[in-house]
Amino acid sequence: MSIEEIQNEIIDEFSMFEDWEERYQYMIDLGKDLPLIDDQYKTDSNIIKGCQSKVWVHAEMKDDKIQFTADSDAIITKGIIAILIRAFSNQHPKDIIDADTDFIDKIGLKEHLSPTRANGLVSMIKQLKMYAIAYQTQLN
Amino acid sequence: MPFLSGLDLSAMFNVEDIRKDFPILYRKVNGKPLVYFDNAATSQTPKQVIDVIVDYYSNYNANIHRGVHTLSQEATDLYEQSRKKIQTHFNAKFLHEIIFTSGTTHSINLVANGFTSLLKKGDEIIVSALEHHSNIVPWQMLCERTGATLKVIPMNLEGELEIEAYNNLLSKNTKLVFVNHVSNALGTVNPIEHIIDEAHKVGAAVLIDGAQSCPHIKPDVQALDADFYVTSAHKVCGPTGVGMLYGKESWLKKLPPYQGGGEMIAEVTFEKTTYADLPHKFEAGTPNICGGIAFGAALDYMNAIGFDTIAAYENELLEYGTAQLLAIEGLKIYGTSKHKTSVISFNLEGIHPYDVGTILDKLGIAVRTGHHCAQPIMDFYKIPGTIRASFSFYNTKAEIDALVEGVKKAKMMLS
Repeated sequence: MSIEEIQNEIIDEFSMFEDWEERYQYMIDLGKDLPLIDDQYKTDSNIIKGCQSKVWVHAEMKDDKIQFTADSDAIITKGIIAILIRAFSNQHPKDIIDADTDFIDKIGLKEHLSPTRANGLVSMIKQLKMYAIAYQTQLN
Repeated sequence: MPFLSGLDLSAMFNVEDIRKDFPILYRKVNGKPLVYFDNAATSQTPKQVIDVIVDYYSNYNANIHRGVHTLSQEATDLYEQSRKKIQTHFNAKFLHEIIFTSGTTHSINLVANGFTSLLKKGDEIIVSALEHHSNIVPWQMLCERTGATLKVIPMNLEGELEIEAYNNLLSKNTKLVFVNHVSNALGTVNPIEHIIDEAHKVGAAVLIDGAQSCPHIKPDVQALDADFYVTSAHKVCGPTGVGMLYGKESWLKKLPPYQGGGEMIAEVTFEKTTYADLPHKFEAGTPNICGGIAFGAALDYMNAIGFDTIAAYENELLEYGTAQLLAIEGLKIYGTSKHKTSVISFNLEGIHPYDVGTILDKLGIAVRTGHHCAQPIMDFYKIPGTIRASFSFYNTKAEIDALVEGVKKAKMMLS
């Protein structure tokens, strides 16, 4: 599936929730369910420093596609990461570079993209794109 | 007035009347009535202070201390009257011992910078383990500039300073001691009387960071014998971007100016500039005039209610909040000193404070989460941060009930 198709799928899922509580409960459950990153990659150099919660990201190239794994010490942040990974992992670098992130807004999580939330999420998206740019350069 | 004895506080202090002074308390957040428990970061502004700000810009806005025209003179009068109010509030001996600054951080940096020329290698500076980053970093920078060494008063599990250890740190090499009156992360009230007395015995100067004490306590700088006392207006119902430095005249005369510019000079030629007298020596450039005037109005507002009344009511909230929160299983409070202001720093077992803060915000409840710019304290407890609820005199027990319900809901959703 393309990034856009996955994003639309996520938007559809979230459209079924009636209120913030259901949305957040779903994200929390996503956060709980996913063992996101191999412990060996939870190193200081892989930390994206948000002010309050830590976020680790690791990237690997497999068959010209980037595999992302990530984690956070805060569960809501982890849930959002799970959503981002679902949309951006296992995709070609160029598609990741070109992808927009409007779907976060559309699933009612816009507030988490504000830099003032200081949850490292904005930095995280930037980091995913940076990895994509780096791998794209290798491919060229 | 003996006939008043036996009357309980609630009869003299009507919180519902007080709340009417604060327009912001009537707004909604995420569709819920706002419960504002982030008072230790910024207190809310009563309409009496908002009116002063509007009045200033509507009627007096002009530059001060130099214009011959009426507006400038009236604005100057208001600004200087405010300095007088601050002097009276803190009981400073002289008016010129009150320096307007942009806030506590500015005040601390002004003093730290001034001491650069007064310190040498081998000198020692003492700070406490309970400090805000703004009372750690400027002194580290001062040490780097001068070769002086930084010593730290340790804390115990209750979040109190180890006073015996402090006494042992003092020596003839100690030149400066910096301690907050009240810890911002935990609310501990530190025994600054003792700290100041002991420091003076070895000839060291003491700076007290009053950012967290001033909303709850009316400090008497002469009775305390503090050499420097600093605070910010936005902690005491005033606007942001303005604060004050109290310094004993003898110290302020010794310190060189912090910034060069207009206002702080007596005479300027290209060969030499002579500096203005106190307090203007430290007030380079056009100050936050409106903020300075509103700062005085904010102190007027709080004094009209009375700090004893405020402290008694906030203590009631603290006791109530502590008991209600502790009834939640798995909730741990950090900072359990008997001497505390109305601040409760806590965590839910196994749950990140950020997650709890996010859910509480969804419920319209404003708390602070994180390390509260006091990372050494969080490292001490080996936690990433806490959830901090800080109560003010305009908060109610019903709001605390809302917080408790919110924390329970967060716990249910997150565990």
